[in-house]
Amino acid sequence: MRPRLSVEGAARRLEGPLLFLRRTVEVGYNEAVEVAGGDGVVRLGRVASVDEETIVVELLEGASGLDLPATTVRFPGEPLHFGVGPGLLGRVFDGVGRPLDGGAPLPVARRLRIDGLALNPVARATPRDFIETGVTAIDLMNSLVRGQKLPLFSGGGLPHDRIAVAVARHARLRGAGAAGEHFAIVFAGIGVPHYTAEYFRRSLEDSGALGRAALFLNLAGDASTQRLLTPRFALTAAEYLAFVEERHVLVILTDMTAYCEALREVAGARGEVPARKGFPGFMYSDLASLYERAGCVRGRRGTLTQLPILTMPSDDISHPVPDLSGYITEGQIVLSRSLDRAGVWPPIDVLPSLSRLMKAGTGAGFTDPDHPALASQLYASYAHAAQARLLASVVGEDGLSETDRRYLRFGVRFEHELIHQQAPRSLEQSMLCGWALLADLPRAELTRLSDAQIAAHLGAGPDPAAEAT
Amino acid sequence: MRRATILSISGPVLRARCDDAFAMGEALRVGPRGLLGEVVRLVDDLLVAQVYEDTTGLKPGDALEGSGAPLSVRLGPALLGGVFDGLLRPLAGVLTGVDSPFITPGVRRPAGRRFAFAPLAAPGSVLAPGAPFGSVAGTRPQLCLVPPDAGGEVLDIAPAGEYADDAPVCRLRDATGATRELAMGHDWPVRRARPVACRLPADAPLLTGQRVLDALFPVALGGKAAIPGGFGTGKTVLLEALVKSCSADVIVYLGCGERGNEMAGALEEITALTDAKTGRPMAERTVIVANTSNMPVAAREASIYCAVTIAEFFRDQGLDVALMADSTSRWAEALREVSGRLGELPGEGGYPAYLGSRLAEFYERGGRARTLGGAIGSVTLLGSVSPQAGDFSEPVTSHTMRYVRSFWALDARRAQARFYPAIHPLQSYSEDAQAVAGWWGTVFAGLAGAAVAEDGNEWEVLRRRVLTLLDEEARLERMARIVGKDALQPRQRLTLLCAEVVGEAFLRQSALSPNDRFCGPERQALMLRMLGRFLDLADATVARGATPEAIAALPVLRPLQRMGEDIAEGEREAFAALEAVMAAQFAGLLAAGETAVEEPKGGGGHASAA
Ligand SMILES: Nc1ncnc2c1ncn2[C@@H]1O[C@H](COP(=O)(O)OP(=O)(O)O)[C@@H](O)[C@H]1O
Ligand SMILES: [Mg+2]
Repeated sequence: MRPRLSVEGAARRLEGPLLFLRRTVEVGYNEAVEVAGGDGVVRLGRVASVDEETIVVELLEGASGLDLPATTVRFPGEPLHFGVGPGLLGRVFDGVGRPLDGGAPLPVARRLRIDGLALNPVARATPRDFIETGVTAIDLMNSLVRGQKLPLFSGGGLPHDRIAVAVARHARLRGAGAAGEHFAIVFAGIGVPHYTAEYFRRSLEDSGALGRAALFLNLAGDASTQRLLTPRFALTAAEYLAFVEERHVLVILTDMTAYCEALREVAGARGEVPARKGFPGFMYSDLASLYERAGCVRGRRGTLTQLPILTMPSDDISHPVPDLSGYITEGQIVLSRSLDRAGVWPPIDVLPSLSRLMKAGTGAGFTDPDHPALASQLYASYAHAAQARLLASVVGEDGLSETDRRYLRFGVRFEHELIHQQAPRSLEQSMLCGWALLADLPRAELTRLSDAQIAAHLGAGPDPAAEAT
Repeated sequence: MRRATILSISGPVLRARCDDAFAMGEALRVGPRGLLGEVVRLVDDLLVAQVYEDTTGLKPGDALEGSGAPLSVRLGPALLGGVFDGLLRPLAGVLTGVDSPFITPGVRRPAGRRFAFAPLAAPGSVLAPGAPFGSVAGTRPQLCLVPPDAGGEVLDIAPAGEYADDAPVCRLRDATGATRELAMGHDWPVRRARPVACRLPADAPLLTGQRVLDALFPVALGGKAAIPGGFGTGKTVLLEALVKSCSADVIVYLGCGERGNEMAGALEEITALTDAKTGRPMAERTVIVANTSNMPVAAREASIYCAVTIAEFFRDQGLDVALMADSTSRWAEALREVSGRLGELPGEGGYPAYLGSRLAEFYERGGRARTLGGAIGSVTLLGSVSPQAGDFSEPVTSHTMRYVRSFWALDARRAQARFYPAIHPLQSYSEDAQAVAGWWGTVFAGLAGAAVAEDGNEWEVLRRRVLTLLDEEARLERMARIVGKDALQPRQRLTLLCAEVVGEAFLRQSALSPNDRFCGPERQALMLRMLGRFLDLADATVARGATPEAIAALPVLRPLQRMGEDIAEGEREAFAALEAVMAAQFAGLLAAGETAVEEPKGGGGHASAA
């Protein structure tokens, strides 16, 4: 590390989130910058580009209140770091890791780069440990495993926060091996309203989990550019908890849409070529630098699981934020407004939902040998029901075949009995519920199930196809 | 050593003032950590370079050095079985410190590894460019080739023994009298296609083990295929299935800007698999290049050239090579990002105007050829495309369509119903079908009772029949959406039923099913023929007055639709038995007379036929 450099009177121009400085000192690209204005407030930034004459600083905590003559700039001579240590849990920080709870400063055991380093794919261990969340649409249909990044694709006014809290509260390993492990929750509020942050804090407190949680809050009223830093500080803390303290860490990042909007704002000011809807072309790589920080490492006991939440503008899943996220994350849980209106809780639309790591953590040796086939059959049947529903909406129920009408009924029960739930279910309870629904379909339709599976789980009942005639 | 001084840095792009003359495309070492870079533009005494590693901390005034050579990779015996980053530096062991699981920038290529060399030429003999001069013993024998830009009389050659792959083992004198030392491995500039003697037409398929591909939309050895699809439609799983079971001799798998967890999973699986043909670990026929989405962007741009150069190198040894690139869109995005930093004028979607020509160049490096050494080899290129919002009209997909011969379009609706592989039979196509028809004809001829028709061999006839049926289905479904299903004619309802059976019985194939993840050509032929038989029987039965609903209620439909899952490779008799049961049940339907709706046997819907 070079000695800290401090310059005064070098500021030449302020433009949106960018500060242009005369280059009077040796500064490296992407290094951290602390900018203090006449108001004495210190704002974090980074070197966005540098040439012989000029240093361009990206102000990541807003520029308001700064003036050119009184601005003092300090260069720590290294990229942004976060000093972490034992005692992270139970604390509340602002969006850049400064305590907000009035507690003592955090004792620093390690100073880590907030950008993290790329995990070598060869050093990764494949995530395989099934997490029971208590939510049937997840456990049975789109299973979550430790080390996965599985976002909630939601929309304004939908109960994504409640689902995230339900998952955080219930999440556990099944069977032996679950005991004696250390859990932690890291919550990053990115541009969320105060009441959302408060809802999470209180929910964690009520369930006694606040003591093993660390909260990082950039609220809706805070500087929008700071949103670029908040998930990085939170993930740096999470990596420390997972790979140094060897805990199983669940990271909730909300709202990633606010993050992307901040990215668009800063990139726009820098004159980057926009790709779609004004979002910069590098947004895929930028989001990947956050989402890819989930995982398991060979030879380390801790794991880092991510549950990002994003709100889809106008419920549009093809919007760049959900679109690029879906290309990076290991699946997505999609919420549906119409299910929500119909009173289904959680209103998860399973058809566009997916868990890519389900195949690695379910089935014989992981959950139940028949779990993957049951999920696959439920998917096929529910997709058929959706088709039948579409057809019925045009030609009316009378235009349908007897089998299609059966599917219509199946679809309704699927939503109101399997997806909808009052209390958390174990995987066994979720599976029983699934078998019960399938019992109402003609056996010949159940091509995803083997004869043995039908005999074992549906064998006793009559074939509804026979009843029909 | 040529030197320059950095003037400015912005992301992966920097500008520098040259003290010496640099060449376009020259490889660079940048700054105190010696980051890898490449010259992308020269103006007077200024150069612009893209850097393949994290440029954090670089300052104006830092020095950079030219290597005097274009960006190159070392081709040789150390490739097979290896896992490399986008610039072909080994990821296992080398890029990480002793106990750090993270990648640190500025790592150099490791020193040579030792291999058992055996000479294939004697002093005095004359070797042409590309000729083999030695072999490397090992689990998979490999050849040591004279580089395409060398050749001449052998002055001396090392005796059999162990040598490092970068140590000279042979000396040549060319026509001008200059001598050149050859090692087991040699360097080759990645952006230059390795030359061949001549190109050859395709005549055999690359067998993928996926029915819908091999039977309906085949790709030839030396062909080019694109797999476009929105997120979650099955691009990666399909490519990984091909890595594990396609019929090429050597596989180059490029993970380009995709997920780390996926890569870890693929590595684990490939390591655990054995090659049915050789009984050796599958990893030994595979080279993996991994540039995950969180690794530096500029290296993503280079990785696709590294991968195709490796593929060409094995082709030059007379092998059939398949390169799977997942995903070419990430490569195009890297191109776009660097182009933006260079201040180039953005074209459609922000991509540079040369996107199309770069894609063309890449796909042009595939093909079947006679090598300089006289052998026959091929490079088959398979690339996934990740169109934004799943829209195939975006620039990367639409440009790619112009250069590939097989197009395997993935369909979100099928994926949502977990109908895999989610290949849309009407949006997909293959221009290689004709080239491989003869090959398939032989497979059918090898089965008892092969049929010959006037309009093509049995494979061609069945393939056309299935495609027509699926086409018809789409038309009728549109119609049913207006008039209702029960307003359709019995024949039309039969078409819908048959299409559904074909879908379930043949097109659907789970990559996760131990029995069905791979389907060999003989089993595919038997299944196709079984379906042909089913279509004949169903047609004839309805023609004689039975209703499609009665056919739908036949118990045999269930085992028919599950035959991929239930009947293993090589179980010819099981197919024969199923066919007999099917024929009997159709006969029973007719015998039961003209009563339209048959009563199915209670609870017997799943009675096994085999
Ligand atoms: N052929 C297949 N067989 C079984 N499951 C599949 C198949 N293709 C895709 N899937 C399922 O779909 C998920 C997403 O597939 P993937 O190939 O990762 O999509 P993409 O690469 O297009 O985003 C996988 O995790 C797997 O569960
Ligand atoms: Mg993929």
